[in-house]
Amino acid sequence: MIDIVVLGLNHKTADISIRECLAFSSDQAEEALDRFRSVAAIDEVVMLSTCNRVELILASHDPEAATEAARRCLSEWKAIEVERFAAALYNHRNDDAVRHVFRVASSLDSMVVGEPQILGQLKNAYRLATEKKTSGVVLNRLMHRAFSVAKRVRTETGIGDHAVSISYAAIELAKKIFGSLEGKNVLLIGAGEMAELAVEHLIRNRCGEIRVANRTLNRAMELAKRFRGQAVGLAEVSESLVRADIVISSTGASGLVVTRDQVRSVMRPRRNKPIFFIDIAVPRDIDPEIHKLPNAYVYDIDDLKGVVDENIQDRQKEAQKAERIIDEAVIQFRSWMESLDAVPTIVAIRQKIEAIADAEMQKIFHQQPLWTDDDRQAVQRMTHALINKILHEPTQYLRRNGVMGNLPAQLDVVRKLFHLDPE
Amino acid sequence: MHALLTAAAIAYVLSCAGAIAHLYLRRDVFLKASSALLPIGMLLQLVWIGEAWIRLGHFPVYNLPETVTVLSCILAGVYLGFGFYIRMPVLGVFSTTLTAVLSLVASVPPSAPAADVKVFKSFWVFFHVVSVFVGEAFFALACGIGIMYLIQESGIKNKQRGFFFSRMPSLETLDSAGYACIVAGFTLLTVGLVTGFVYAKMTWGHFLSWDPKEVWSVITWILYAVLIHERLAVGWRGRKSAIMAIVGFGVVLFTFLGVNFLLEGHHGDFTRF
Repeated sequence: MIDIVVLGLNHKTADISIRECLAFSSDQAEEALDRFRSVAAIDEVVMLSTCNRVELILASHDPEAATEAARRCLSEWKAIEVERFAAALYNHRNDDAVRHVFRVASSLDSMVVGEPQILGQLKNAYRLATEKKTSGVVLNRLMHRAFSVAKRVRTETGIGDHAVSISYAAIELAKKIFGSLEGKNVLLIGAGEMAELAVEHLIRNRCGEIRVANRTLNRAMELAKRFRGQAVGLAEVSESLVRADIVISSTGASGLVVTRDQVRSVMRPRRNKPIFFIDIAVPRDIDPEIHKLPNAYVYDIDDLKGVVDENIQDRQKEAQKAERIIDEAVIQFRSWMESLDAVPTIVAIRQKIEAIADAEMQKIFHQQPLWTDDDRQAVQRMTHALINKILHEPTQYLRRNGVMGNLPAQLDVVRKLFHLDPE
Repeated sequence: MHALLTAAAIAYVLSCAGAIAHLYLRRDVFLKASSALLPIGMLLQLVWIGEAWIRLGHFPVYNLPETVTVLSCILAGVYLGFGFYIRMPVLGVFSTTLTAVLSLVASVPPSAPAADVKVFKSFWVFFHVVSVFVGEAFFALACGIGIMYLIQESGIKNKQRGFFFSRMPSLETLDSAGYACIVAGFTLLTVGLVTGFVYAKMTWGHFLSWDPKEVWSVITWILYAVLIHERLAVGWRGRKSAIMAIVGFGVVLFTFLGVNFLLEGHHGDFTRF
C-alpha cells in the first residue's frame, strides 16, 4: 500500500529566517530530486520551493522511513540541524496530504489567499519532477487532480476576484509613501512573476522611467523591452539607486544585493528623496538595516504579509466554498488511491468481465429461445470457466507483485488497459 | 460685545469636536459641520475686531485677549484658505483644537484698555502684527503637519498600520505641504519683522532695541531660515524636517507667550491680561 506524505514548512509555521535557509533554487531542486531518488523508501517525490514554502510531496511504501530520510536530506543539504526546523515542519499523510496539496494548488494555503502565482509554481515543480522522472503514477495523478481542482476553485468561487496580492499590497504602501506614483522611477532587480506583476501595477499608475538589472544581461534586456525600460547590469545597481524611487528586488542571489552603505552613500545625491525597497526575494536581497536609514523604507515579503492580512478576511467566505470543492476532490482521490491496491483491481477486472459476459449471454439466450435450461447452464459454465482461465495469470501476477513493489505503476497500466476508471 | 467672543469660542470648540468625530467615525457629516462652524467663529471674531477697532481707535492687539482673538481668527482663516485647499481633514483636528484653545483664552473678560495707545495708531502696526500672525499661523500648520508626518512615518517604519494609516495622507504629500507652510510662514515673518524694524525706527529712532521679543523673533527667523536653507542645499526632508517644524513652532510659542511671562520688554504689554 502506498502512502502520500507531505513534509514541509510554510510562512505560517516558519519565519523568513528559517525559510531562507531551506529555500531551493531550481538548480538546487534538480540536484535534490536526484538525491531523493536514491533513497529507497521514497518512491516518488515532487519538490515545491517558493518564497513562502518548502514542501516535499512524497509517495512511499514506508512513510516513516521516507519522512525520516527526507528530513535528514534537508538538514544535510542545507547544512542546518534538524532541530532548528523540525518544529516548523508539518507532516501530512494520505487524505490530509492530498487535501493540503489541493489547498496549496487552489491558493487556499497562500499568504494571500487566492493569489494566482502558486499554481504556476506548483506546475513548474511538477515539470521538474517529471523531467527528473521522480514523479510516478501516484504523484502524476495527484498533481493533475490538483491542477484541475485549482481551476475549478478559481472559476467557481470568487477567491481571485479582488486583485489582492503581495505585489498589490506593495503598491498600496508605495502610495502611502509617495502619494501619487506618477513619474516615480522604478528599478527592478532580478525577475520573477510577483516582481513583474508589481511593475505592471506601477505602469498602470503611470510610473516614470523603468530600469531592469539582472545577472544575465539578456534577461534584463528582454524585460526592459517588455516594460519599455532600460537594461543595466548588476554592477550598475549602485548608480541606478540615485535615480530610483521604488526598487523591487527578486533575485535568486544567496547574499545581499543592496547593502546599507550603498544606500547611505546615495542619499545625499538623491537629496534625501524617499526610496522604497520592495524585497520579494527569499533569501532577502535588501539589507534590512536600510530600513533604519532616514527616508528609506524596506518591506520584505513577511512585512507585506502583514499588510495583506486584512484583505484576507474578505476572501474567507469564498474560501469556504473552495474547501467544499476540495473535500469532494479528496474523497474522489481517496477512492482512486484505494483502488491502487491489488485486490480491488482484481475484483474490478473480474466484475467488469463478468458484466460483459452476462450481457452477452442474455443477448444469445434471447436469440435462441429453443435452448433448454441445461443448454443455458452449459453455456454459463463455459463462460465462467473461460473468465477464470483467462484471469488466472493476471490475477496471480498482480498478487505476486503486490509484495514486490512498484505495484502502483503496473496497477495503473492495468486499470487503464481495462478502462476501470472512467473519467 | 464680549458675547461675540464667547459665541466664537463655542463655534470653534464645536468645530474641533466635529473634526475629531470625523477622524474616528469617518462620517462626512461631521467634517461638513466642522468646516461650516469654523468660518462662523471666524466671522464673529472679525465683527468683534472691527467693532473694537472703531471703539478703541486702533487695531486691537494691546492685551492678551485681544491679541489671541486676532491670532485665533487668523489661524482659522489660514486653515480655511490653505488647509481645505490641500484637503487634509486630519490637519483640521490639530488646527481647530489650537483655534479653539486660543479663542477660549480670548473669551476671558478683558482688562482696562491701554494707557498709551499712540504707538498703535499706525498702519505699520497693523501690517506688522497681521503678517507676523499669519506667518505664525502657517508655522502652526507646519507643526501640525510635522506631527502627522511623524505619526504616519512611525507607522510605516514600525510596519504597523495603525489607526492613522488609512486616515492620513502620504508622506510625500505631508512633507511638501509642511514645506509649503514653512515657506509661506517664513516669507510673512520676514515681512513682519521688516515692518516692525521700520516702525521701530520711526517711533523710537533705532531698528533694534534688543527687546527680548525682538531677539527671540530673530532667533525664530534664523531657525526657519536654516531649515529652508538646509532643505534647498542638502535636501533636508522627511523626519528631520518634520521635527524641525515642531521645534520651530515651539520657539514661536515661546516667543509669543514665554518671553512675555518670563522676560521684560516693550512688547510685554501686548500679552498682559
